[in-house]
Amino acid sequence: MTRLKRLPVSLLLGGLLTALVVGAALLSLVWTPFPAEQVRVVARLRPPGPVHWLGTDHFGRDALSMILVGARNSLAVGAAAVALGALLGVPLGLAASAWGRWGDEAVARLGDLLFAFPAVLTAILLTAALGAGAVNVVLALGLFNAAVFARVARGAALAVWRRDFVRAALALGRGPLSVTLVHVLPNIAGVVIVQGTVLFAVAVLNEAALSYLGLGIQPPSPSWGKMLGDAQTFLFTAPLQAIFPGAAIAVTVLGLNLLGDGLRDVLDPRHRSAGLL
Amino acid sequence: MPNRQRRAALSITMGAALGLACALAAGPALAQAAPRTDLVVGMRLEPPHLDPTAGAAAAIDEVTYANLFEPLTRIDAEGKVVPGLAEKWEVSADGLTYTFHLRKGATFHDGSAADSADVKFSLDRARGADSVNAQKGYFAAVAGVEAPDAQTVVVTLSRPDGLFLFHMASGDAAIVAPESAGTNKQTPVGTGPFKFERWVAGDRVVLVRNPDYDGPKPALERVTFRFISDPAAQVAALKAGDIDSFPQFDTYEALPQFRDDGAFTVMVGTTEGETILGTNNARKPFDDVRVRRAMAHAIDRKTLIDGVLFGNGAAIGSHFPPHRAGYVDLTGLYPYDPDKAKALLAQAGYPDGFETTLRLPPPIYARRSGELIAAMLAEVGVRVKVEPVEWAPWLEKVFKGKDYDLTLIAHTEPLDIDIYGRPDYYFNHRSERFNAVGAELDRTQDAAKRNALYGEQQRILAEDAVNGFLFMLPSATVQKSGVQGMWVNRPIQANDVTGVRWK
Repeated sequence: MTRLKRLPVSLLLGGLLTALVVGAALLSLVWTPFPAEQVRVVARLRPPGPVHWLGTDHFGRDALSMILVGARNSLAVGAAAVALGALLGVPLGLAASAWGRWGDEAVARLGDLLFAFPAVLTAILLTAALGAGAVNVVLALGLFNAAVFARVARGAALAVWRRDFVRAALALGRGPLSVTLVHVLPNIAGVVIVQGTVLFAVAVLNEAALSYLGLGIQPPSPSWGKMLGDAQTFLFTAPLQAIFPGAAIAVTVLGLNLLGDGLRDVLDPRHRSAGLL
Repeated sequence: MPNRQRRAALSITMGAALGLACALAAGPALAQAAPRTDLVVGMRLEPPHLDPTAGAAAAIDEVTYANLFEPLTRIDAEGKVVPGLAEKWEVSADGLTYTFHLRKGATFHDGSAADSADVKFSLDRARGADSVNAQKGYFAAVAGVEAPDAQTVVVTLSRPDGLFLFHMASGDAAIVAPESAGTNKQTPVGTGPFKFERWVAGDRVVLVRNPDYDGPKPALERVTFRFISDPAAQVAALKAGDIDSFPQFDTYEALPQFRDDGAFTVMVGTTEGETILGTNNARKPFDDVRVRRAMAHAIDRKTLIDGVLFGNGAAIGSHFPPHRAGYVDLTGLYPYDPDKAKALLAQAGYPDGFETTLRLPPPIYARRSGELIAAMLAEVGVRVKVEPVEWAPWLEKVFKGKDYDLTLIAHTEPLDIDIYGRPDYYFNHRSERFNAVGAELDRTQDAAKRNALYGEQQRILAEDAVNGFLFMLPSATVQKSGVQGMWVNRPIQANDVTGVRWK
């Protein structure tokens, strides 16, 4: 109990919202009220009711089922984009901090280059060249994330390299690779995890934006962004069909951001004083 | 007493309200004495430029056709060929010589006379080697153009062309002047009853009445074409009264709310847009007619029309519109029957179906139809990967490059069944029988015989199941009650406002 009391509000609320979304995604694996891809034009644009809890879209598909499966799709794309970014970016950042001088410079400039193209723009370029679809969205967002991860990992690692225990390990004759793995990586893990949560939220938002434009997850597989895009033309006739996927995106992004904030408070000693229960 | 006082006060207020209501009601009555002479027309797409002789974009014709530019002949609201810049014409018995007699007083908007030299210039320019005309094929049969006097043009053809007058009525055959042909893209100069005033890029094109027009003067003095691409914004602009008439309104789900509103009228007519599931007949497994027939059985047109057009459209069984003479109803040839489809696929060697890609261009009818068709084909085991593409890559990859399995598109050119006879068209379909009938069509002038031949062509295409034949794209117009004379049907891509007036 006392431990729980010491946890920041943001962590609890963020964890709760994220758990809700993850729960929805897991639930969709075993159960949805209707098959999410089932088209029944006669039952289109139904308002929420006892049969279709959140109503139906313009093809008569059950909105709740689509939102549940959409959660799975959103989280899958977000997780893949963050994992790809971390797998590429963290080693690059660590290497830069270990090499020093022009190796460092090269990684930093590469990061600048990737930063010059915002994530969504990179994704639009890539999907235009390679075709729309979830895999290319993951690639594009993952590349952008890699740049962020590299920068964050490098900054945090440089600080660790200057610390006494690292100098001691080096003086004892340990090689840079071993020091990186044994001392530097564990000490930057917290920062990387916090960054990962925030990037996860950004990736979910960007995936929704791309699907809204028709470049992301392709039908018949449902996605929140596409649901929003489809519902746009029905704003005057069935406004709720735009509100539900919008709320789902908002809840997910808010939850992940709060979770990131909370984790930072817990993992970073400098922030520990603020925001306690 | 206070109660009675209040009642009296109430009745006074009500009386005042009634009076106000009467005054308001009288408003329109007063307006009736002097009807409005301006019109704001809503369009979905902005034209890339305003020269109909140098571009395929329908939006160019939707601003300029019949309003600003006139071809020799013209298509009217019923789809008939009527006089344009030529007031009458004769065709020789062998169908090879066309003599056009031009209107005497016709002038261009810059004041110069529109005579036979301009016609000769326009036709020679359109069929020339360096022509940028989007429909050069329309002029392919022309062997020579002569101008014996200022009001007469004689066109000789190298072979009979049953559609020549029809094609000369298209915006692509608009008559332009040599002095202004180069600048028509930005500042068009034509011979029509309206002339160009200004173009605010991204927003509107304004035309004003041409006071020197030699024909009947239109009732409208000023016509503004406003470009609004977003469906929700289109609905909002209509509701706010910013748009007087929105032809080709394709947010079909919004039609009921305008029908229920007395301030608006809704007209649903026909277009020439045969909407098809374009199929690459050269690519496996679509080279097998059994596979194509199986897909035809797997598609439920009724659901498609309900789901995509909200019921506003007619099913087709071949590449021909039901409202045209010569139409044969072939929609019963492949009734919706998923079991039959599966059986046919099994016969063709695909008992477990196959995977394929459906490339969809941007229009909402294409995206929605594609999604529904993918779901329908999945029922019979055909796993369709849907791939949305923009117009430029669609034209490049699908239409020109023929690099596709399936696509979905409405062919909006009128009387375009002849595309199936073109040797290098993107369907990759070849039929000697079809081409033989096509050759006979070109030699035939008699209407009844032509219709019979068209019927035969439709039957060949349906039996071959060349493409999935889906529905005719409807033409919905939403406008303020009181606008009269807008076309109900779209026999040609145009917003002819020359006959529009306010009640």
